[in-house]
Amino acid sequence: MSSARLQIPPRIVQGDIFKVRLLVNHPMDSGFLRDIDGVIIQRNVIRHLLCTLNGREVFRVEPTTGVAANPLFEFYLRATESGDMLFRWVDDKAYIGELRHTLVVESANISKPASN
Amino acid sequence: MRFAVCKSFLFLLTAGLVVAFPSHSQQRIIPLDKLQSGLHYSGPEVQSLQTDEFANPGNIALDSGIKSWSKPEGKSNKSCQSCHGELVKMKGVSIRYPAIDKATGKLFNLEDRIRNCRVKNQKAAEWTFESDELVAMTLAVTSTSRGLPLQAQIDGAAKSHFENGQRLFMTRQGQMNLACTNCHDQHYGQKLFADPLSQGQANGYPLYRIDWQRVASLERRLRFCYTGVKAEIPPWGHIDMRDISLYLMWRGQGLSVEAPAVRK
Amino acid sequence: MRYRLLSRRQSILNIFQTTLATSIGGLWLGSAKAQVDKLTITGLAEARLRTFEEMVRPYVQNQELKKEAVALSLPMLADNGHMVPLSLKIDSPMTEASHITHVYLISQRNPVPLMAKFVMGPWSGRADLSTRVRLSGNQNVIALARRSDGNFIYDVQEVVVTEAACVDNG
Repeated sequence: MSSARLQIPPRIVQGDIFKVRLLVNHPMDSGFLRDIDGVIIQRNVIRHLLCTLNGREVFRVEPTTGVAANPLFEFYLRATESGDMLFRWVDDKAYIGELRHTLVVESANISKPASN
Repeated sequence: MRFAVCKSFLFLLTAGLVVAFPSHSQQRIIPLDKLQSGLHYSGPEVQSLQTDEFANPGNIALDSGIKSWSKPEGKSNKSCQSCHGELVKMKGVSIRYPAIDKATGKLFNLEDRIRNCRVKNQKAAEWTFESDELVAMTLAVTSTSRGLPLQAQIDGAAKSHFENGQRLFMTRQGQMNLACTNCHDQHYGQKLFADPLSQGQANGYPLYRIDWQRVASLERRLRFCYTGVKAEIPPWGHIDMRDISLYLMWRGQGLSVEAPAVRK
Repeated sequence: MRYRLLSRRQSILNIFQTTLATSIGGLWLGSAKAQVDKLTITGLAEARLRTFEEMVRPYVQNQELKKEAVALSLPMLADNGHMVPLSLKIDSPMTEASHITHVYLISQRNPVPLMAKFVMGPWSGRADLSTRVRLSGNQNVIALARRSDGNFIYDVQEVVVTEAACVDNG
C-alpha cells in the first residue's frame, strides 16, 4: 500500500553534506474532513518517520495533522560511511512503511597518513 | 406599439436561435492561438509543485501505476505488459481518447478502455470508477504522452457525441443557472472569489488536485463542476461526461499533455 | 440614546475597516511578538489565534529564546492551505559542541498547534529542512529550533491562505 520515493545525489564523497529528499505515499488524513456522504474520515497520519544508517538514527520527524498529504521531507546528512539506509514510518493504524537504500560514499581523494 | 413589440420579439427569437444553434457547429469561441493550459492560471506554488520532477505530489500515483503495468492479474495471469509491451509504447494512446469502441459502438474514455480491457482480456475483477488503481493506471498511460498535443476525432460515429458535448457545454443548468461557457469562455482570467478562472482545459487530466489531496480523473472534475453550479450530478459512467470530454479535447486542440499535472 | 440602523453594506464596511486598521497597526509595530499577538485581537469570528507565548512556551519553558539564525521561508500568499511548501535554513556549525537538536513547526490557527517536530544532530551536517504543511487560514507560522546548549532560536512568518485546509469542500 504505502510506498515512497527517494532522491539522493548520484555521487557522494566522504565529507560531503548531501541533501536527502523523501516523498512518502500517505493520505495523512487529519480526522477533520468528511467524505462525500458527510461521514468523518478517520484520522490516520504518520506518527513518526526515521532514517537510520547502519542501525544508527540520523533523522527523525514526528509529523501531525499539520503536514500535507503525501508528505515531502528534505533534510541533510554528513557523508561519513557507506552502508544500509533504512527509512521507516509508522502511522496511526500501526502500519509500517519501509524504504531501503544502499548508500555508497566514496572515500575522499586526500590520502590519510598511515596510522602505525 | 404593436409593430415595435413584434420587431423586438422577432429580434429576440433570432438571437435566441443563433445562440442555441450556432450557424457553424465547429466555430471556436476561444481561438487556437489564445488557448492556455490551467497551469497558466495557477499560482507560483502550484506551478513549482508541478515542475518538480521528483516531488510532484502526483508522482506517488504515477509510480504505483507504472508498477501495476507489469503486474499479472486475473484468471489470465497476464499483466498489461504481456500484451502491450513496455509502457512507453503507450505513447500517443491517451490523446486518442475519448474514442468510439469498435466492439460496442459506445464512446469510451481512457478509464473505460482500461476497465474494459481488465475485465475482457485480463479476466480480472473490475476496477471501480475513481479507485486508486484505476486512477494510477490512467495516469501512467497518460504520462507516456507527455508533451504531445491534444487532438480529437469528431467525425463519423463520434460526431453526435461531439455535438452533444458542445451543446452541454453551452447549456445553462443547475440552481445557479450557469453554462460552462459562461465562466470558461466568457470570463477566463477574471477572478471568482480569490481564484482566477481558467479556460477549463482538459490537457492535465488525470491530475493531482491539492484540494482533494489525490490524483483525480477528468470525470470526477466535471462532476464537481456540476456541484459547483448546483446541478444534479450524473452517475459515474454517464455518457454526458464522455461527450463533454470529447468536446473539451477538440476545444483544447494543440495544448500539450501535462502529466502529472497539479492544480488547486 | 439614538441608534442608527446600519445597512448590511455599512456594517460590513465597518468590520472591514476595523480589521484592516487593526492588522495594519499590528504589522507596523514590527516586532514578531507584537505582530503575533495583535492578530489575536481581530474581531472577526474565526478560529481563535494563539498568542506567541502559547505557541512557544510548551517547548521553550524557561530557556532563552532569541529571534536569530533561523530563516523560515513560506509563500506570502498560499494558493491552497492543503499543501503549503515550507523550508527553513538555520545558521549552525552542526558540530558536537554546537548544533541544533530539535526543530518545531508551530501554527497559530490550526486545530493542532504543532505541525511537525524534527530531530537532528551533528551527523546532519546542516540544519536546513523542507516539507509541506497544511494551514487552516491566514496565520503566523513559527519555526522554533533548540540548540545543543538548551537555548532556543526562532523565526516567524505570516501567511495569507486563500483556501483553508481544514474546511471541508467536497
